[in-house]
Amino acid sequence: MLPTSLEEALSALAEYGSEAKVLAGGQSLIPLMSLRLAQPGVLVDLNGLGALSGIEANGSGVRIGAMTRHRAAERSEVLAERVPLMAEAMPLIGHAAIRSRGTIGGSLSHADPAAELPAVALATEATLIARSLRGGERTIPASEFFEGYFTTVLAEDEILCAVEVPAAPPSTGFCVTEVARRHGDFALVGVTAAVTIDQGLVTRARIALINVAERPVRAEQAEAALVGAKPEAAAWAEAAAVASSEIDPSGDLHATPAYRRKVARVCVKRALETAARRVGGGR
Amino acid sequence: MTLGEAVDVALTVNGSRREAQVEARRTLADFLREDLGLTGTHLGCEHGVCGACTVILDGEPVRSCLMFAVQARDATVTTIEGLAVEGVMNNLQEAMRESHGFQCGFCTPGFLMQITAMLADNPNPTEAEIRDTLSGNICRCTGYESILNGVLRAIGADVPGSHQSVP
Repeated sequence: MLPTSLEEALSALAEYGSEAKVLAGGQSLIPLMSLRLAQPGVLVDLNGLGALSGIEANGSGVRIGAMTRHRAAERSEVLAERVPLMAEAMPLIGHAAIRSRGTIGGSLSHADPAAELPAVALATEATLIARSLRGGERTIPASEFFEGYFTTVLAEDEILCAVEVPAAPPSTGFCVTEVARRHGDFALVGVTAAVTIDQGLVTRARIALINVAERPVRAEQAEAALVGAKPEAAAWAEAAAVASSEIDPSGDLHATPAYRRKVARVCVKRALETAARRVGGGR
Repeated sequence: MTLGEAVDVALTVNGSRREAQVEARRTLADFLREDLGLTGTHLGCEHGVCGACTVILDGEPVRSCLMFAVQARDATVTTIEGLAVEGVMNNLQEAMRESHGFQCGFCTPGFLMQITAMLADNPNPTEAEIRDTLSGNICRCTGYESILNGVLRAIGADVPGSHQSVP
């Protein structure tokens, strides 16, 4: 189906239910279809819905249409200025040709635990906006959106329309870092972090980890341990140790659980150090 | 429309207007190869990993195996067949040949289209930027250095350890 309005797309989903899949950029769904892991009877292609694309200022943050291409986000000045954490993650997503087609909303609703954007949504405390014919619009905090492997709270007849990302408090530094076998491949482990420093102390920390669980997770104990700490090497090392002990990664062909835990510790430390350095405008 | 239903597609490929009826489920790659006979676009993995099928769609590099032909309606597509001008290889193709930037040649069309798109966007990339861009394409023969050198040669940059120095 090639709907030309959101209502038409929502009607198609309401009609076909579980037989239908929403096609956004297709950079995950089409491989799944090629491998016969997905065999939807009906595809509802959102590529004709121009109204779902675009990045605009929203309060002090941004609102990003679900069909905004990764490439457009990568080039967006308003995103770089207002949500640098997300801007930094963009070049890490897939490869250039994947980012030409892939979309922000597609990555979020695909909910691959190894993907960058779900973790960014957690670390930035984004809000996702979905619609269905039945229930109209609903807003979902990122912390409640991801359920498990490739699973979100979106209902079969719902379409993710936009994501609102708030700006971080002043004096916040950011970092996204990951370890992948090949640049652009899915990360073995990745970390997105934001650190706020006020009057010489850490006042807020957000740490979200990529590919250490069946969904992106916040390292909440590590975040709590940082509040009130002096922004120095010992604090980052301690938080990294806490983060690596509060996660429970599984193993696969590429990395054992113990190795993932170890890489997570290294990545968290690196991300916090870098984020803190950037609070003062450093690199 | 079902996935097997035939739909009309009209688009511009390498400067020519092309029209065809294709099944909704046909990928752009299969459409280019099977329906238009443009077999220069190669299909390696068919799930977006290898980059061999990369073409340029409205100025952006895309995996032609990861979109449907119907999604390219009214678009402008450039394939490897569109690079040479009247049978004469362009600067990039010539530079790649000079640098021995391919061996079996299977991955070459994808590399050249990805590089062409990169250079249109950024005519003077750094070596790091070139390496980053090339990371999306897999070559099993060259070890990549000669491909990198081909790009450096094409943009007129210094080519380290040039093959010309090897006796």
